[in-house]
Amino acid sequence: MRRWMAVLRTPVGTGAGLLLLGVLLLAVFAPILWSHQANAIDTDHLLQGTSADHWLGTDNLGRDIFYRVLVASRTSILLALLATSIAVVTGLALGSAPAILGKRGGRVATAVVNIAVAFPGLLLALFFAVVFGVGAKGAVLAIGFAGAPSFARLTQTLVAGVAERDFIAAARIAGVGRFRMLVRHILPNIAEPLVVNATIGAGGTLLAFAGLSFIGLGVQPPAYDWGRMLGESLSGIYVHPAAALAPGVAVVIAGLAFNLFGEAVAKGLGAQVPRARWTDRTPEATPAREDDSDAVLVVEDLHVSFPGPVTPVRGVSFTIHKGEIVGVVGESGSGKSLTALAVAQLIEPPGQVRAAELSFLGAPLLGRLPVRSTAAVRRRLLGTSFAMVFQDPMTSFNPTKRIGVQLAEGAREHQGLTRRAAMDRAIDRLRAVRVPAAERRARQYPHEFSGGMRQRAMIGMGLMGAPALIVADEPTTALDVTVQRQVLRLLETIRTEDDVAVLLISHDISVVAQICDRVLVMYAGRVVEDLPSTELATGARHPYTRALLAAVPDLDTALDEPLAVIPGRPVDPARLPEGCAFAARCAFASDRCRLEDPVLIDQVACWHPQAQAEYSNFRTGQR
Amino acid sequence: MTTQVTTAVNAPTLNAHPWLGFAVRRLGRLVGSVLILVSAAFLMIHLIPGDPVRGALGPAAAQSLVDAQRASLGLDDPLWQQYLDFLHHLVTGNLGTSITTGLPVSDVIRDRLPATVELAVAAFLVAVLIAVPLGLAMGVLTRGGRRPRAELGFTSTAVVLAAIPEFLLAVGLVYVFAVTLHWFPVAGRGNVASYVLPVLSLAVGPAAVLARICRVELLAVLQTDYLRTARAKRLPAAAIYLRHALPNAVTATITLGGLLLGGMVAGTVLVENVFGWPGLGSTIVSSIIAKDYPLVQGVVLVYGVGVLLVNLAVDVTLALLDPRSTIRES
Repeated sequence: MRRWMAVLRTPVGTGAGLLLLGVLLLAVFAPILWSHQANAIDTDHLLQGTSADHWLGTDNLGRDIFYRVLVASRTSILLALLATSIAVVTGLALGSAPAILGKRGGRVATAVVNIAVAFPGLLLALFFAVVFGVGAKGAVLAIGFAGAPSFARLTQTLVAGVAERDFIAAARIAGVGRFRMLVRHILPNIAEPLVVNATIGAGGTLLAFAGLSFIGLGVQPPAYDWGRMLGESLSGIYVHPAAALAPGVAVVIAGLAFNLFGEAVAKGLGAQVPRARWTDRTPEATPAREDDSDAVLVVEDLHVSFPGPVTPVRGVSFTIHKGEIVGVVGESGSGKSLTALAVAQLIEPPGQVRAAELSFLGAPLLGRLPVRSTAAVRRRLLGTSFAMVFQDPMTSFNPTKRIGVQLAEGAREHQGLTRRAAMDRAIDRLRAVRVPAAERRARQYPHEFSGGMRQRAMIGMGLMGAPALIVADEPTTALDVTVQRQVLRLLETIRTEDDVAVLLISHDISVVAQICDRVLVMYAGRVVEDLPSTELATGARHPYTRALLAAVPDLDTALDEPLAVIPGRPVDPARLPEGCAFAARCAFASDRCRLEDPVLIDQVACWHPQAQAEYSNFRTGQR
Repeated sequence: MTTQVTTAVNAPTLNAHPWLGFAVRRLGRLVGSVLILVSAAFLMIHLIPGDPVRGALGPAAAQSLVDAQRASLGLDDPLWQQYLDFLHHLVTGNLGTSITTGLPVSDVIRDRLPATVELAVAAFLVAVLIAVPLGLAMGVLTRGGRRPRAELGFTSTAVVLAAIPEFLLAVGLVYVFAVTLHWFPVAGRGNVASYVLPVLSLAVGPAAVLARICRVELLAVLQTDYLRTARAKRLPAAAIYLRHALPNAVTATITLGGLLLGGMVAGTVLVENVFGWPGLGSTIVSSIIAKDYPLVQGVVLVYGVGVLLVNLAVDVTLALLDPRSTIRES
């Protein structure tokens, strides 16, 4: 209830609420106040236009149209509400039938609803209007029953959603009967969306009812509602447009009042996240850097920020050389995947990337290029030499295109191959990543591939050109362990055969240790340690790296002891502490750690780097 | 959209012939729906309280006339016999005879159907041609929270337009463009100009809904992993939007567009009455008021079959655009 009041306090909620209140008050009081004026026949002023006596003129019996529109509000709204209640009650009965009748009866009810929903409401209303007869009563029943299927569908969906929840399962185990379950446990939990939809539905019903009355199948004379007034005055629209327009406007206003109020409530009850303002920052000056001809990727002081503002990546620097496999490890939220996306130029606005330097094969990647042709050159360079492998192979292929086509299109774009040649190359590349029956597989859709096969195909996509770098963002996380091994081997083979550099992002330090030459350990958007993977077992100096290593169980891990974990939680990039971000979770933290932020000196960013070879329960020999 | 059918490879029969399974299922559903529709149309007359013939001919009609009419409609036979006769007549294209005019119902429908089909098809084309490019363009322009004001203007305009029912819009359009500006005729079906207002009345509301959905769908597709893959291939923007985003964004749009087209078929009933359009819509209303039940039955059948055919067309189009849907639906 308090949330409903909160909705009423928003501008749209207040406006819609007042409008709806006004419409309802009019429906209650207009006939009491103005029935006399609305029905007074004035034979001296038939079908007159707008005048001081009659604001909107008179009808064919000289009755005042303005007052008739006001008085007609009760009939119009009352009948609409009646029809809505019929729709809701019938829909609720049909929709909750599966919950009460059990499997077989439920299936019949669902089938009926499915077929009925396929027919437009107006068609159903016409059908029922024939059965129930022309007139107000027939129209209420017709529109009510015609609206029932959509409410039934809504109820089914809501009930199905609630039925999955634990408390329902608990009640079922406790032996609560089906009917009692529905009334006591399910209905109270779906009441809110039902009421909201009934409110929106009432607006639609009002309009539908006006439609039926308009074509003469609804309210019959001498009674009148807005629809009938509109229908009767339509033929005279040339001479007396006000008589046709006034009831039309009334219908729209009343319909909108219900609609808007329902929508405002629906929106207010759903979670709304306020949009934070975006503050812009200027890039910092570029520091000089030693020349490195062997470097494939140079990253210097990379920042990625989002509106908030939050900066999940703050000052990452590293260089990858030809044929080198560099691993990046860290917990979720450490900024490792964003680092990968940023170097791949795949951060979408409102995200922002800035860096002192970001260059690939000597070409700068950041900044707007002055000439169009240079931008095209850059795109071609990235398109042929820079390959990406994403985390989830299940969702990273376009589901509506054949695998071969998806591999080939980059080659057609950047290498100017014909459709034929590109497809041959795609099949050849699928073979290179050991996809069996490559020719047949190329013609299949992604959903016909298993996860491991898709990840191979994804790597094959990267090999369409002549890649110098493969950025693999958690390429094995979504795969099972044996397939993981195969995919890692494949990356390793490609490195050895073609001298391709690999940037491998992973949260799994044992995966990284298996194939990487060098490991970057990230925490809270920074590189905290940079070390050769051969030294992981013995040479790790940062307490965080050691904690990550200690958390990996192996065959010697005692089964009766709890698994080692890193105490505390990763820091929230929106609330970074002063000093070292890891201090709160670190056993070695001192006052200095909480005040001063350590920088990466001698490959480790820590005020208290640990001595080498203190412990080494981690093994890299897992291959 | 992003959830995948991981079990697909384990279902050899469906995997080998996904289209066959799809066709069998879809035809089965069509036949079932048509049977229910036909039965409902048949039962309609019997659900009416009292004697339908007496109702149609009025209380003053002679009893002999009523009896003769009842006999000619076969209303005195047992119900199952009537049902079988009804089915038999349907198969042979005999929809009975209109009580009020004495003309065969099939002749009336043949006479009136083209005007309604023209109206619905023209309105559908106009709605799609306006809504899909507009919605996609708005999606591209407002992606990632860009241009919040344009988004607000677009969404609120679309919401208001979608809330106005077609017959009220029709009255408004007649007032502005026919009565005040004299650009188009008030009513009737004749030259091209006479089509403009009826088609617009039918098309504007669905177009507004469609454009909104189209934008939302495009925004959702722009967030997907496979679009990031397309960007990672460094394809030009046009290729990313047209080749990768569009086909995936329109699948949901088409599902909804089909529902809207079904709604448009029904919407013709009201719009035809505003414009005095000589189609099935004005026929069904006048025959309901005149209690000409054989004619009502025939027209209801035609409308119902029309809606079912539209739904079928939607499913087939979807299956062509998104090959997963042949397997996914069950």
